[in-house]
Amino acid sequence: MAQASVEGTRQSSWWHRNQQQLTPWLFLAPGILFFLFYVIFPIFQSFNLSLYQWDGLGAAEYVGVSNYEELYWDEAFYTSLKNNVIWLVLYLAAIPAGLFIALFLNQTVTGIRVYKSLFFFPFVISQVVVGLVFTWFYDPTFGILNVVLGSVGLPPMNVLGDENWVTVGIIIAGLWPQTAYCMILYLTGLNAVDPEQIEAGRLDGAKGWRMLWYIIVPQLRPATFIAFVVTIIGALRSFDLISVMTNGGPFGSSRVLSFYMFEVALSEYGFRMGYGASIAVVLFLIMLAFIAYFLWSMYKEEKAR
Amino acid sequence: MFPTPIERSPRAWQITYQSLLPLALILWLLPLIAVAIFSVKPDADFVNANYWGWPSSFEGFTNYALVFTGSDMPQYLLNSFKITIPTVIGAVALSCMTGFALGVYKFKSNIWIFFMFVAGNFVPFQILMVPVRDLTLQMGLYNTITGLVLFHVAFQTGFCTLFMRNFIRALPFELIEAARVEGIAEWRIFWFVVLPLMKPAIAALSVLIFTFIWNDYFWAVVLTQGVESQPVTAGITSFNAQYRAAYHLMSAGSLVAALPPVAMFFLMQRHFIAGLTLGAVK
Repeated sequence: MAQASVEGTRQSSWWHRNQQQLTPWLFLAPGILFFLFYVIFPIFQSFNLSLYQWDGLGAAEYVGVSNYEELYWDEAFYTSLKNNVIWLVLYLAAIPAGLFIALFLNQTVTGIRVYKSLFFFPFVISQVVVGLVFTWFYDPTFGILNVVLGSVGLPPMNVLGDENWVTVGIIIAGLWPQTAYCMILYLTGLNAVDPEQIEAGRLDGAKGWRMLWYIIVPQLRPATFIAFVVTIIGALRSFDLISVMTNGGPFGSSRVLSFYMFEVALSEYGFRMGYGASIAVVLFLIMLAFIAYFLWSMYKEEKAR
Repeated sequence: MFPTPIERSPRAWQITYQSLLPLALILWLLPLIAVAIFSVKPDADFVNANYWGWPSSFEGFTNYALVFTGSDMPQYLLNSFKITIPTVIGAVALSCMTGFALGVYKFKSNIWIFFMFVAGNFVPFQILMVPVRDLTLQMGLYNTITGLVLFHVAFQTGFCTLFMRNFIRALPFELIEAARVEGIAEWRIFWFVVLPLMKPAIAALSVLIFTFIWNDYFWAVVLTQGVESQPVTAGITSFNAQYRAAYHLMSAGSLVAALPPVAMFFLMQRHFIAGLTLGAVK
């Protein structure tokens, strides 16, 4: 009995001495384990898998870099890559568009809060629903786009059936929610803009564009950075809209890497897991360039604190 | 109109602005307004090519009733709730702990563990797809709600940790130090000092994750199939295949599917925006 209580004190004092070192690890353990298991390890597994030929059921066969070799000659891969670049470039339009709407709404009139939240609406809705709606807009037989084109004397067009327009058409659908997102970021940023600097700028004769460019935009840097991060990630993750609106068509011309990978690994093109993994690796490496840049910026900021 | 407050502008401009607002809003929400009108139209309107005109009769009740009684929509909705709610609870609970550990304690690998969560959260889903699907199959959780929830919790922990850690960092550290001087155990500091202060962050993350998971489509398609386990986003697409030309039903179904996150947003607007704009103001 006495022995046990001595043991107990010794234990509790050991715990007492070390608890500041041990507590963080106890708190981190479940989160880290989950994350390693479902996110970090699978990344390495995909790298490994890209060196195999595997149908997802039987035994995987080691084939070295031949998946990458095949990728090198695969035209569909280049179409997807090209579309990814188009996505990256055009999607960035959400940032100035969001800023524009934010500036427009940055007033204090009655009901403006309701307006702000209604403008944000598109972001809350699933991309699946957004995709469906825009598909109806673009529909060659009854879509409103052709009604509008016809009313101004332009010939009708089949946006989603036209190889040259399909990607742009899908991106426009994607820009709708993304612009709403950037708008909210900028509205929050504008709240923090220093009125004294505006006044000082005004005294220096800054107006309109000059005021925007030299006084307002520099103060919105944090908002712009986040808008940039979420837009880049969003552009490279684009999948839902393509899947819902065109399923990669016509003739694969609206594929992006993320969609092509899915197609190769899980859909009618057969269960080519290894080949799919090699596409995913390429997409991952592209994303990694951006992730590294974001982390580097964060690291600098942490150091500066 | 910027950066001059509208009250200081000429009267004529104020009136122009006030009338521009609703106009801009209608244009901006035109896609949604169109779906809303589609959803209350009778089938006959689509047969007679009255697509974009006014409904010839109001069939809202019939259409929405049909979505609930004549389709699998109720099941899909139920699945979505069964997926989303446990995910929110799981991811928020895990990230309260990781965020506390990374935000309060100084130890060598702190920033690297933090960066692991941040980087992982930016990763393209496709690099995880095959291994995670295989993992889920091997655990016998393919095509189950549990399988989907476990993955979502793990993945969302990345974003949530980023959020929680930064939030805790901004709390007054003296509170924690004072508690330590009092000799309060570390876990009690977490539970009685830090956690109560985290309420706004927990609210913000909960609505945000709710929306993210509710709207997820990719993982729903990869990890589940069929009515018994798929969420409403995947349900809508099979609904689409089933009712290809029944635009009134499709629209009603889409709106029903979109409603929970929209309601969430309106109820918790302030928190929602606080969550999204994390770091946008410094």
